[in-house]
Amino acid sequence: MDEPLNLVLFSGTDDKLQAAAILTAGAAALGKPVNLFLQYWALDAFTKAKIERDHGLAPEAGAEGRAAVDALAKEGQAPWAETLRQAKELGEVDIQACSLSMDILKLEETDLDPLVDGVEGVTAFYLNAGEGQIVFI
Amino acid sequence: MSMVIGDAKVDARGLNCPMPIVKTAQAVKALASGQTVEVLATDPGSVKDFAAWSKSTGNELVEQSVDGGVYRFVMRKK
Repeated sequence: MDEPLNLVLFSGTDDKLQAAAILTAGAAALGKPVNLFLQYWALDAFTKAKIERDHGLAPEAGAEGRAAVDALAKEGQAPWAETLRQAKELGEVDIQACSLSMDILKLEETDLDPLVDGVEGVTAFYLNAGEGQIVFI
Repeated sequence: MSMVIGDAKVDARGLNCPMPIVKTAQAVKALASGQTVEVLATDPGSVKDFAAWSKSTGNELVEQSVDGGVYRFVMRKK
């Protein structure tokens, strides 16, 4: 239980980010440290300008999927950014932006939402991952 | 069966996974060892979640009941 859970977030759609946030919160509730590594479209979703916006759903959702997700949101399910904020309050959750993706997207650290704790490369991510599992979302 | 009155209360009715557990873990953080929290939840998945959380964290699941779709859990901080 002490090994960190390490999630590499690549996808930037709200459904996958929500799934990642729930996995993170669940681990935090169990006292398991979590490291998030933000790449590509996931990193893009964590910018100050875009974090509150609608990021759409994966193509397989279709219209039915959209309706189902909207229904859950109407019932009061928190958006993924809020779930992550709660997870951070609860346990050790570290969120790092991939430095290569920062370059690709031409981002500065000041562009990122305060949820993001810093910028690092893949080597530092692997070091912090330790013996924990690495999951790609 | 006597019902334990919790030192803290969490109303997680209407909340989906993972919020019942997240809110309970937050409440337990603020408790002293031996104190209890009473949780109400409507998410059916919470039954297994609370059993698993109890087993994993060592916080005892003191009481569990269900009444008309509302689950009631009492957790004691270890």
